[in-house]
Amino acid sequence: MADKTALLGFVENLKAKNAAWVEEVIDAFGEVSIVVPREAIVDVCKTLRDEHQFDLLADLCGADRGPEEDPRFVVNYHLFSTKHYGRLRVKVRVSEDDAKIHTVSHLWRTADWHERETYDLFGVVFENHPDLRRILLPSDFDGHALRKDYPLRGYEPYSMN
Amino acid sequence: MATAIDNIPGSVELLDSPLDSQMTLSMGPQHPSTHGVLRLDLRLDGELIVKAIPDIGYLHTGMEKLFEFKKYQQGIVITDRMDYLNPLGNNLAYVMAAEKLLQIEIPERAQIIRVLFCELQRIASHLVWLGTHALDIGAMSPFFYCFRHREKILNLIEAASGGRMTPSYFRIGGLMMDLPAGFERRCSQFLEEFPEAMNTFETLLTGNTLWQSRTEGIGVISGEDAINWGLTGPCLRGSGVNIDVRRANPYSGYETYDFEIPTEPNGDVWSRYKVRMREMRESYKIVRQALDRLKPGPIKADAPKVVLPDRDDMRKHMDSLIHHFLIVAEGFNVPAGEVYHPIEASKGELGVYMRSNGGPKPDRVHFRGPSFVNLQALPVMSEGEMVADVVAIIGSLDIVLGEIDR
Repeated sequence: MADKTALLGFVENLKAKNAAWVEEVIDAFGEVSIVVPREAIVDVCKTLRDEHQFDLLADLCGADRGPEEDPRFVVNYHLFSTKHYGRLRVKVRVSEDDAKIHTVSHLWRTADWHERETYDLFGVVFENHPDLRRILLPSDFDGHALRKDYPLRGYEPYSMN
Repeated sequence: MATAIDNIPGSVELLDSPLDSQMTLSMGPQHPSTHGVLRLDLRLDGELIVKAIPDIGYLHTGMEKLFEFKKYQQGIVITDRMDYLNPLGNNLAYVMAAEKLLQIEIPERAQIIRVLFCELQRIASHLVWLGTHALDIGAMSPFFYCFRHREKILNLIEAASGGRMTPSYFRIGGLMMDLPAGFERRCSQFLEEFPEAMNTFETLLTGNTLWQSRTEGIGVISGEDAINWGLTGPCLRGSGVNIDVRRANPYSGYETYDFEIPTEPNGDVWSRYKVRMREMRESYKIVRQALDRLKPGPIKADAPKVVLPDRDDMRKHMDSLIHHFLIVAEGFNVPAGEVYHPIEASKGELGVYMRSNGGPKPDRVHFRGPSFVNLQALPVMSEGEMVADVVAIIGSLDIVLGEIDR
């Protein structure tokens, strides 16, 4: 298994390639995360996939830091390598006014449903996604249920008609 | 025509044109072989599948939202209801994510019992898969054999936790309670019967020509595609990729157990069948080793502010009583931060992303369910196959809709 020094080495390589790609490196609880600017996400993912063997996107999920925070949303990409077994988290912060980010579904096909889920529950739009529709909630559902300002019980009893 | 459909990617409303020989078949959500409430939009040309579009969400209950309103220890109960065939695996992923944030060490006996139960649960989950998979394809009798032996495992889980399908046995910092008296004997008795039962299953299906012709060469996915689609667990190992979280990122002391990771090269329904059959025998080996290793010792971590004290302590010590009151009434604070903890569940990589802002309730809990990701590859496997084969392919993916929809 790739240990922490190896993972930090990958991050250094990324920085060497383009210093603007890595805004912050977080090394906590035995996991390494990098914060990447929104514009660079496709390039960073492509580099990590092709040059550092992160060939499997284990998970992609959103998180809401609360309506008072700016940037409000975080999109987490959990990368895994079937070659050296390393795990790396890539984070992108997205503001509420411009909640858009480029899709990575052309790099990993598995991102398709994860991105649809993040769009469904947080309202983050993935640009150039092949089929960005709601996935868990009905297509006429109002609002995005995992946002912090969405009440636990919803606004009104939902009916399917 | 196929090209016309491709212009509306993933559209649920596929319209029939009178000029076109194809038809749309909506399979599910109430269909016995979709293993729950899954709907498939199948575009057919005769019996051939031109396009398959899974439609999920019928069972969505907002569990991830609910976590944010429950204390950490209350969330364990919700995890039982996700993948209801593998509840102890869900418990383990959740409590280990919380333990990673809290940075507490789990005593050895608790670790061994966790491994023991996770492997028993894996066998139970695979037995349900085997029974229903065979039933879908048309072999009815294996179902009864499988459920008879699964029942024995559920009895063991019930003996330890009191629950059969919803045990909530693993707690943050250890276990709910120690094993009951005589558990080792009952477990060994099950282990004695199990190899013979496995031979029965193999006799019923493995050498069966009908079974082989329904599964061999069906639903093929290459190893490269499987990685691209994010498949994990037996589905990935059935395509010849030797990846298992228990080996890649060991947890709970799995690195100390002697077991093999079965792989099969062909990536069809037959390969996935063989991987799971061999995996049950490997799980049996792990349970056996875990049972041999069991020695008396503590089952809860030494973290009085997180772990509930024993009843006996509460009667004797004032501080235990105070800790108990505070944990139950207010919960415990978890240091701010975020973790992703993957485990190898019976269906693949089960990852929990947990984010804490320092309070007694999580800020965000996300479950990366293996069924959710594996189901996504269904169109790749089924396009070009016959309608009857879709049933075999869904069975070979071993999905649980409770986990997909959450």
